[in-house]
Amino acid sequence: MHTVVLTKGVPDFREGVVSFDEDGHLERGNTPTTMNPNDEHALRAALQTRVRHGGQVDVMSMGPPGYKDVLREAMESVYADDLYLVSDKQFAAADTWATAITLATAIQHRGEPDLVFAGFKTADGETGHTGPQTCWCLDVPIITHVVALDVDQEEERVRAKRLVEGDVSEIETVEAPMPAFIVADPEFEPSYRTARDRLERKRLRADARDRAETAEEHVTMWDHSELNLDPDYVGLDGSPTIVSSVDPIPKAPSEREATVVDPDDADGMSAVVDELAPFAGGD
Amino acid sequence: MTDAEQFEAVVVGAGPGGAAAAAVLANNGIETLVLERGVEAGSKNVSGGLIYAEQSAAYTVDDLFPEFREGASERPVTRNHMDNIAGETVHTVDLKGVHEHDTEWCDSVLRRPMDAWLAERVHEMTAETGGGLLTDVRVNGLLWDDGEIVGVTCDELDPIRADLVVAADGVNSELARAAGLMDWDEPDEWFQGVKAVVDVEPDVIDERFGIDEDEGVARLFGGDLFDGVRGGGFLYTNRDSLSIGTVFHLDSLADERAEPHELLDNLLTHPHLGQWLPDEYEEREYSAKLVPDSKKVAHGSPHRDRLLLVGDAAGQMQAQGPIIKGMNHAVNAGGLAAEAYVEAKSRNAPHRAGERYETKLREEGVMDKLRPTRYELSRPLSESGVVTGALDGLARSAVGRFGVRAVGGLTERVFNSPFALGMLPDTHTSYVTVPTILAEELGEPVTSENDADPPTLEERIGELTYDTDVGNPHIELRDNSYEASGVAVTACPVSADGFGGGCYREETVKSNGSEERVVSLDTQPCVECGTCAVVADTTWTHPRGGKGVEYDQG
Repeated sequence: MHTVVLTKGVPDFREGVVSFDEDGHLERGNTPTTMNPNDEHALRAALQTRVRHGGQVDVMSMGPPGYKDVLREAMESVYADDLYLVSDKQFAAADTWATAITLATAIQHRGEPDLVFAGFKTADGETGHTGPQTCWCLDVPIITHVVALDVDQEEERVRAKRLVEGDVSEIETVEAPMPAFIVADPEFEPSYRTARDRLERKRLRADARDRAETAEEHVTMWDHSELNLDPDYVGLDGSPTIVSSVDPIPKAPSEREATVVDPDDADGMSAVVDELAPFAGGD
Repeated sequence: MTDAEQFEAVVVGAGPGGAAAAAVLANNGIETLVLERGVEAGSKNVSGGLIYAEQSAAYTVDDLFPEFREGASERPVTRNHMDNIAGETVHTVDLKGVHEHDTEWCDSVLRRPMDAWLAERVHEMTAETGGGLLTDVRVNGLLWDDGEIVGVTCDELDPIRADLVVAADGVNSELARAAGLMDWDEPDEWFQGVKAVVDVEPDVIDERFGIDEDEGVARLFGGDLFDGVRGGGFLYTNRDSLSIGTVFHLDSLADERAEPHELLDNLLTHPHLGQWLPDEYEEREYSAKLVPDSKKVAHGSPHRDRLLLVGDAAGQMQAQGPIIKGMNHAVNAGGLAAEAYVEAKSRNAPHRAGERYETKLREEGVMDKLRPTRYELSRPLSESGVVTGALDGLARSAVGRFGVRAVGGLTERVFNSPFALGMLPDTHTSYVTVPTILAEELGEPVTSENDADPPTLEERIGELTYDTDVGNPHIELRDNSYEASGVAVTACPVSADGFGGGCYREETVKSNGSEERVVSLDTQPCVECGTCAVVADTTWTHPRGGKGVEYDQG
C-alpha cells in the first residue's frame, strides 16, 4: 500500500504572526510559512490508512526550498517515510492548473501510488481546485469531502463516507477502484478503535521521531528538467488564470481604533450603554 | 462476540503490579497487551513512597527490570526512625531492625517518573511478543460470554478477548468490583494517605540529613500532633525533594471529622520538622490516595474465571506497624499471577490459572504477611472497646508511665519486632496514647524552629492539573443529605468545612420556612482517591481516559 499526501506551505495567518504592509498587502517575507491547516486532515487520513494496511506514506509539496520545514512537520505528524519537494524558479507564480500539471507529473515520476490524499482547499488561495485538477491529470477516480474511509486491499477498492452539504448535512457511502484520489474533509476523524491499530501507530511514531531529526536527508528535490516539464506549461507562463482585481484585506481587529473607557467613569460608561442600546434587541 | 479483538493476555494498569505481570508474561513468550488509563503511566498514581525488595519474595522489581534502581528510584533508604511526639518533646526510636528485616534493599520513589520508566521497558518487552503497552485507554468493564469473564471493554477501543485478564487497576479497581470480588465499603477497611512533595536542593538534603548523595532517610511520626486521629506521618528523602505525608485510618478520620490537609499541616509546621525543611518552603505537588488495610481485606482468593487481581485491586497492602509495604507485594503478586498462567497453559488448562495463583500466594507466604494469623487471633480481644479503654487508661496512669520509663529499652525492641507489629491492634492506644506517653516520659525537647508556610487548600488545588469532567461527572451523589454524605466534606482531601472551592461542600437550603442541611458536589479538583466512595453515598467510576487529575510526581 503506497500513498502520497499533497501538502502546501501557506502564510501563517494567526493574529500577531501575519504581517501586512500599509496598503493591506501581505508581506510574505515577514510572515512565516506554515502547513496549510486543511492538509492535516489529508495527513490524518493517510496515516489511518497506513496504520490499518501497512505500506508507506510519502508527502509531496511544490514550492520554494523553505518548504522543507513544512515537509518535516508533515513527517512528524504522519510519520511519513519519504518527502518530495518540487522546486524550481520556473514553477513560480503558478495557478492551480499549472500546479496540478506539475504535481501530477511528479506523482507519476515517483511511481503512481494506490491512493493520493489532498486537503480541502488552501488557506491562502481557497479555490479548492488543485486537488481535483491534479486528479484529472492523473486520470483516476476522485472522492471528495471524505469523512471516513477504509480500504479493501484484496479487491483493490476504497470505500469512503463523504459529507454532502444540502439543506441538512448528509453522509453518503461511495466506492472506487484503486488507484484513487481522496480529498479529506475538515470533518474527517481518524478512527483507531483496536489495540493493534494503536500499537502500530505507536510503533510508527517511535520510528518517525528518529527520522524527523534528519528530515532533510529524506527530502528529494525535483526541478522542471528532472520532471521533463516544458517551461511553457508550468509557472506563470503555464497559468491561464487572470486576476481581474484584488481587494485589500481589512485590518485585524486589534489594529482598529478603539476608545478606552474607564469603568469607574459613570458618564463614559453611560455613553457606551447609549451606543450599544440599539443593538441590544427587544425595545 | 466472535469479532472481538484477541490477545492472549491483557493487563489492566501499568503500575508496579501490572508491570511485573506483563514482564513475566512477555519473558515467557505470551502475547500481552497492557492498558493504562493515564496519559502516561504513573500520572494517576500516588504512593508514600518506599519500595522494598524482600529477600523472601519470589519476584522483586529489580529482578524483572535490572536497571530499576539506577533508572527509576530516588534514593536508597538506609536509615529509618520513628519520632514519637508530645507537644514539643520527641522520643526517637531506631527502626533498623524492622526496616532491614527480610529486606534486600529499600528505595524512595515518586510514581510518575518510576511508572513511566517501567512502562517504557514493559512496552519494549511486550512488543517482542506481539503485544505492547497503550496509555490513555480506560478499561471500563469486563467482557462476559454466557456468564463467564472472557475479556475487557474499553472507552476508547472495541472489546478485547483474552485468555488471561490481570486486573492491576488499583485501589478503586472497577474490574474487581465488576467481578464481585471487591465489596470493601466500610471506612475501617481503609487508610487514607495525603502527601506533599516539597522542593529541596540535593545538597541541602545531604547536609540537613547528614547523608551522602546516594543515601536516603525515612522518618515516621506519631503522637499527639494529629488531633487524636489514628495514624501517623512520614518523611522520605528523594533525589531533590522530600515526600512528607500522613496516613490515617479512614474510620478515625471520619469519626473525628478531621481535615486531612490540616493534619498534614500539623506535621509540616511542627518545630521538629524545621531541621529538615529548606529555608524557602515550596510544595511541588499535593496528592492523596486510599490504601486498603490488607489485614482486613486482602483477598484470599483474588480471581474469577480468567480474571486475576494483583496489588491494591486485591487489597495487597501491608501495614507492618508504622511501616507500609504495598508496591513490593504488588510486584510479587503480579509475577506470581503471570507465572500461574504460564504453568496452567503449559498443562493445557489456562482456565486453572486463578487457582494456581491463589495457591502460590499462600505457599509463597504472601497471604500470611498480608493477613497475619496472629492478628486475626488477637484482634477480637485487642480491638474490643472495653479492652482498648482499659489499656488506654492503664497507659496514661502513673503505673503505666512508670512502666514506660522502666522498660524504655523494650519499646525499641517492640517497634523492631515484625512478630509484635503483626498483631498490633488498630486502636487509639497504639497509635496515639503510647507514642505520646513515650515522648512525655522519655523524650527530649525539640530544639529546631520551623517557619514553613504551607500553601492553603485553595492554592494546593490550584496547582493540580485537572482535565475537567463537567457535563459528565465521574461521581454521582446519590443521597445529598448531610446525614448520609456529610462526612465527605471533611474527609475528602480537597474539600473542607467552610471551604467552597473543593469537591464537596455543605449548604443550607431554605424553603417554605424550613431549613435543610445538604451536601453539594463539584468534581473539579477531584484527586481520585476514592474516599467519598466509602464515606458518602455515591456512585463512583474512574474518569475517562486522559480525564481527571494528572500527577507530575505521584
